[in-house]
Amino acid sequence: MFSNILANYGEIIAMIIFGIGFANLLLQKNMIKKIIGLNIMDTAVYLFLAEKGYITGRIAPIIVDGVTDPSMYINPIPSGLVLTGIVVSVSVTALMLALTIKMYERYHTLDIDKVSTELRKEGL
Amino acid sequence: MEIVRNFPALSIVMCMVGAILSSVLPKKLTRILNLLVITGVMVLSGFVFFYTLSNGSFVYTMGRFPAPWGNEIRAGVLEGMMAFFFGLIMFLSILGGRRHFDIDVKKSRQNLYFIMTNLLLSSLLAMVYTNDLFTAYVFVEINTISACGLIMVVQNGRTIEAAIRYMVMSLLGSGLFLIGICILYDITGNLLMTPVQNKIAEIAADPARTYMVPLVVAIALLCSGLAIKSALYPFHSWLPDAYGYSTVSSSAMLSSLVSKGYIFLLIKIIYRVVGFEIFKDSKIINILFIFGLIGMIAGSVKAIQEKDIMRMIAYSSVAQIGYIYMGFGLGSEAGMVASVFHIFSHAATKSLCFIAAMGLRDASDGSKKLTELTGAGYRNVLAGAAFTVAAFSMVGIPAFAGFISKILFAQAAVGEPVKMLPTVICLAISTILNAAYFMKTVLRLYSKSDAEYEKVNELKHPVYALCLVGFVALNVALGIFAVPVVEWITMGLGMFS
Repeated sequence: MFSNILANYGEIIAMIIFGIGFANLLLQKNMIKKIIGLNIMDTAVYLFLAEKGYITGRIAPIIVDGVTDPSMYINPIPSGLVLTGIVVSVSVTALMLALTIKMYERYHTLDIDKVSTELRKEGL
Repeated sequence: MEIVRNFPALSIVMCMVGAILSSVLPKKLTRILNLLVITGVMVLSGFVFFYTLSNGSFVYTMGRFPAPWGNEIRAGVLEGMMAFFFGLIMFLSILGGRRHFDIDVKKSRQNLYFIMTNLLLSSLLAMVYTNDLFTAYVFVEINTISACGLIMVVQNGRTIEAAIRYMVMSLLGSGLFLIGICILYDITGNLLMTPVQNKIAEIAADPARTYMVPLVVAIALLCSGLAIKSALYPFHSWLPDAYGYSTVSSSAMLSSLVSKGYIFLLIKIIYRVVGFEIFKDSKIINILFIFGLIGMIAGSVKAIQEKDIMRMIAYSSVAQIGYIYMGFGLGSEAGMVASVFHIFSHAATKSLCFIAAMGLRDASDGSKKLTELTGAGYRNVLAGAAFTVAAFSMVGIPAFAGFISKILFAQAAVGEPVKMLPTVICLAISTILNAAYFMKTVLRLYSKSDAEYEKVNELKHPVYALCLVGFVALNVALGIFAVPVVEWITMGLGMFS
């Protein structure tokens, strides 16, 4: 059990970071902190994938010196998934920031709960 | 007829091209293009449906690489039906809400709206047809972004708040979904659904049970991620604002298409990735069952307290999503069939509710308050009749779609000795609560009021009238010709495994 934890410390750290990001996205009131939480969460997933996809001593599967033995190379798919994930994460972050700007322009606060109370007062 | 095999991919690509063209075309052409694209999708998925009905399901390779490496699309009877139905509901919702759309949405933003609807349809189709887990994740995110665009198209304080809350909950859901896929990829080494399922069967049959814990964790993460995104009861807080304050077409599409897309993806994952037996043996199924039951009652109770007609209909969605998850939780083939049928019947009914409520509001000076709607059924005869049909269907009066799904749920529950009693009791309570708020509204529509609002003659708006008639016909058709639909659903679910 303990040896498993030592051998897979990277994955465990990734999971802890995922939890931190998740809690921030869920519990913070400030929108900017929420978005930071979102990015921490996504980055933890990429760390997890990178940690799983890399094998010590092997290299990326680009053949330069004629070595075609698959045991020399790592699996390129996890790295590909990380890249796709980054693209998705960037676009979502941009959208969230745009929404935050809209909210700030209208209510001059970054606190989503304050906006909710304001709306209740307006009685829209 | 081999050419039909290209149609699923073609319909996804067609929507995306439509979205790109919508950004440059003039406004009038964009509307026509949007309707053409949706009609095209309906025609293509109709072909897919009839092809798979006689020839069975097929797998279509995207690109040149074969199974374990490349990307695949898979189509069967159920996928064809879903895609056709999504297209039909979207067509009627957009046409039905058009009159308010012109008032609610600024001229300069109207093209953007059609970009979003086309993207929404393409992502829904991709979620329905895909055979690859990571592709599913990417399209889940596209769906979230375009749904956010549909909420934000009307800009006031309410929609901004609703869109932010929607995005936050959705991103939590997609984070869980993504990490679930990553764990699944790590223990199986594949992303395509068929090889993953074979590997999972090996893992479950392994007597040492080495990877059983990660497998259960991955299933739990996938389920909870998609449950958050489709607004299962404790995660529903974003839903009433998002559905209640946007333009009517958006509300209809969000309630009947967006959440249903995620649920269909979950069904596909349960059957095609995890395997129904393994899913049934994990304890997760009981958790879905309990939350489904709580949602059925809590959503209805919230809806009774609501004084705003749009929010009332929105809270009713929470209860209906509860029904669907309760059907998953029964853990039998019959429960699944009932859930899938409820996806169809709820989509047809809820969008009719929103579109009919729009006509009633027009006859009451645009007010959303239930008290102002007194007597609106006399002022706008057609919308009143359509809302009554929707209410009957929601409550479960025979001859309408809602009745069939309720009877299917009850029949499915009888087959499960332990879960029978709670299911039937909650079904009964929820039906009574449904009747309480829908019948209350219908009675209000047909009682005399002192308020003097102008009558609305729907014959002056033939498109809107036709949409209402179309929705009513759809509801009645699902209610009366339920037997072949249920047969097709059973056949489609059989093709999954």
